[in-house]
Amino acid sequence: MQHPKRVIALGTVLGLALFSSACGGDSGTDSGSGSGDKPLVGLITKTDTNPFFVKMKEGAQQAADQAGVKLQSFAGKQDGDNEAQVQAIESLISAGAKGFLITPSDSKAIVPSIDKARQQGLLVIALDTPTDPANAVDATFATDNYQAGKLIGQWAKAKFDKDGKQAKIAMLDLNANQVSVDVQRDQGFLEGFGVDVKDKTKIGDEADPRITGHDVTDGAEDGGRTAMENLLQKDPAINLVYTINEPAAAGAYQALKAAGKEKAVTIVSVDGGCPGVDNVKAGVIGATSMQFPLKMASLGVEAISKFAKDGTKPQATAGKDFVDTGVQLITDQPQTGVDAKDSAWGKENCWG
Amino acid sequence: MATQSSQATPPSPEAAGGRPEHDFDTSGPESFGLRVQHLLHGNPTLGPLAVLIVAILAFSLANQRFFSAPNLSLVLAQVTVIAVLALGQTLIILTAGIDLSVGAIAVFSSILMATFATKMGLPGILALLLGLTAGTAMGALNGFLVTRIKLPPFIVTLGTLSIFFSLNSVVSKSETIRGSDMPNLMTWTGTTIPIGGFRLTYGSIIMLLLFAAFYYALSSTAWGKHVYATGDDIESARLAGIRTNRVLFSVYTVAGLLYATGAWILIGRLASASPNVGVDYNLDSITAVVLGGTSLFGGRGGVLGTLIGALIVGVFRNGLQLAGVEVVWQGFAIGLLVLIAVSLDQWIRKVKT
Repeated sequence: MQHPKRVIALGTVLGLALFSSACGGDSGTDSGSGSGDKPLVGLITKTDTNPFFVKMKEGAQQAADQAGVKLQSFAGKQDGDNEAQVQAIESLISAGAKGFLITPSDSKAIVPSIDKARQQGLLVIALDTPTDPANAVDATFATDNYQAGKLIGQWAKAKFDKDGKQAKIAMLDLNANQVSVDVQRDQGFLEGFGVDVKDKTKIGDEADPRITGHDVTDGAEDGGRTAMENLLQKDPAINLVYTINEPAAAGAYQALKAAGKEKAVTIVSVDGGCPGVDNVKAGVIGATSMQFPLKMASLGVEAISKFAKDGTKPQATAGKDFVDTGVQLITDQPQTGVDAKDSAWGKENCWG
Repeated sequence: MATQSSQATPPSPEAAGGRPEHDFDTSGPESFGLRVQHLLHGNPTLGPLAVLIVAILAFSLANQRFFSAPNLSLVLAQVTVIAVLALGQTLIILTAGIDLSVGAIAVFSSILMATFATKMGLPGILALLLGLTAGTAMGALNGFLVTRIKLPPFIVTLGTLSIFFSLNSVVSKSETIRGSDMPNLMTWTGTTIPIGGFRLTYGSIIMLLLFAAFYYALSSTAWGKHVYATGDDIESARLAGIRTNRVLFSVYTVAGLLYATGAWILIGRLASASPNVGVDYNLDSITAVVLGGTSLFGGRGGVLGTLIGALIVGVFRNGLQLAGVEVVWQGFAIGLLVLIAVSLDQWIRKVKT
C-alpha cells in the first residue's frame, strides 16, 4: 500500500473528527449520569461567543438549578447558522426534552423544525428574536427592540431640543439583510426622534434630510469604525450617531476620536452590556437601552419547568404577542420627559 | 514540438512581473486580444491597477470629497489590516494552497497579546513578542499538517480555523479588552503622523514596509523563486532539487507571523482587542488576493497585486458610500469584480509561450 503513514494519519484525523462531532455537537451542560427524573430543558442560542448569549446561558443554568431541571445547551457556529439549530431541535426531541428555548438564527427557516417539536408535545419558547410567524412558538420572551430604539430616539430628541441643535444623523446598522432586530431598533430610534419612518418594516426608505446616511457594521468594533469613517467623510457635520449595539458604538467612537470630533458628536446605542455601561460612564455613549438576557432565560426556564409539572403554558404581556422582558434607558445625562437610570444602576444590572 | 500550457511551464522571469519573452512568429499581425492577453500574462498587476485607477476616477467624479488627502489616507488605514492578512494569504496561494484560518489566527493572536499585556501583567514588548510568536506557531501548525501529514491545505486550515476559533472563545471568555487597560505599545500602531498632506498610521507604514520587503523577497531571492516554482508545479520543483516541504512550511509559518502582525495593527485601529471581530477576514483576504491577479492555482501573481486588490475593495466601500449608493450594492459590486478577476485569470492562463 502506498503512503501508509498518510493513510493512518488521515484515518486518525477522520476518526477524531467523527468522534468529536458525535460527542461535541452540543456544548452540553449535562450534570451527572443518564436521564434520571429531572425534566430536560433545551437552550439553543445563535452562537456561544456573543456575550449576550453567554449571559443568557448562565441565566438559564442558574434558573435550571433552582427549578430542579436539567439544561442542555446548543449553539450555531455563527449568526445565521440555521442548520445547527435544526439538528439541536432533533437531538432534543429524541432525548425526550420537555421543551426548549431558542434564539432563532433564521426566523422563517426554523419554523418547520419547531412545528415538529410542538407536535411531539414539547413547549417551545423563542427568546430575544421572534419567529416568523411569531405564533409558531408557544411563547416569545423578548426585548421590545422597537421600544429600545424609541427610548434612545426620544432621549436624543430631548437633548438636541434642549441644546437648540439641528441634528445630522448617521445610522450605523447591522447588515444589509433587513434583520428584524436591526429594523426594529433603527426604525424605533427614528420614530422616537420624530422622523417619519414611512414603512416601519424597512430600513432606509426615509426621506428626512436630517439623516445623512446608513452604513453597516456587522455589530462589531471594526465594522463600526469603518462605517463611521465613511459616513463622516460623506458629511463631516454629523452630530448624532445611532448604533445597532455597543461594540459598533465603541468602533464609531474610535473613528470620531481620530477625527477630533468625539466631544461634538452624540452616540446612542442598545444592549446594556457591562462594557457598554462603562462606556456610558466614560462619556463614549450618550445613552443606551438596556436589555435583560438573564431575565429572558430564567423566565423561559421557569415557564418550561412549570409546563413539565402541570402543563400550564406561559401568557403573553397584555397588549403584546410576546412576554416583554423589559428595556431600561441608561444615561448619565438625563433629559426631562424621558425616564432613565444612571450608569451606577446600570453597572449593577448589566450583563457580560 | 507540442505547445505547453502555462501550468507545466518551468518557472520563468515573467512570474515575478518581468517582461514577457517575445515569440518571433512572423505569421502576420497579432490580434488586439492576443496582444492584451500576452501583456496581462507578463504583467499580472496591470489589470487590477487599471481597475483601481478607473474606480478612483469614477468615484472622484461622483463626489468631490473622494479624491482628497484625508479621504485617501482614510481608505489606506481602512484596508491596512486586511492587506497584511492578505499578504500572508498571497504567499500561501502562490504555492497553490489556501488558508481558511487567517481570521481565526489573527483574532486569537490579538486576544492573546492583549491578555498577556493586561490580565497577566506582562510588559508591552514581551506581550507583543509572545503574541507574534503565538501567531507564528499557529501558522507553523498549519505548515506541519500540510507538509508532514500531507493533508490538503483547504482541509487543514478548515480544521485549524475551528480549533483556533474555539480556543479564542475560551481564552477571551467572549470579553473585549480595552486599549486603555493596555500598555501604549499595544495600541501604538493606531497613532497617526502627517506626511505631506496625508495622515498615515504607524500600522499603515508597517504594512507598506512589509509589502516592500516581501516584494523584494519574492522577486530577488532564491526563496522567492522557490515559492513560485513550488506553486507552479510541485513535482517539477522537487525534481529540480527544490526542498518543497521546507518551502511550504516556511510559507505557512511566515503567514502566521504576518497574521499576528495584522492583529497588532487591529488593536491599534480599534483601541481594543475583541474576540468578536473579523468575521469576514477569511473571505476578505482571499478576495484581495484574487482581485490582485494572483492565480488560485499557484505560480503566478504577487504581493503588489494583493495591495492593489485590497485597495480596490476599500476604494469601492468608501466610494460607493460617498456616492450615496445603498450598502447592499457594495457586496454586489465586489462579488462581480471577483468573478471578472477569476475569469480574466483563466483567459490569461491560455497564453501559449
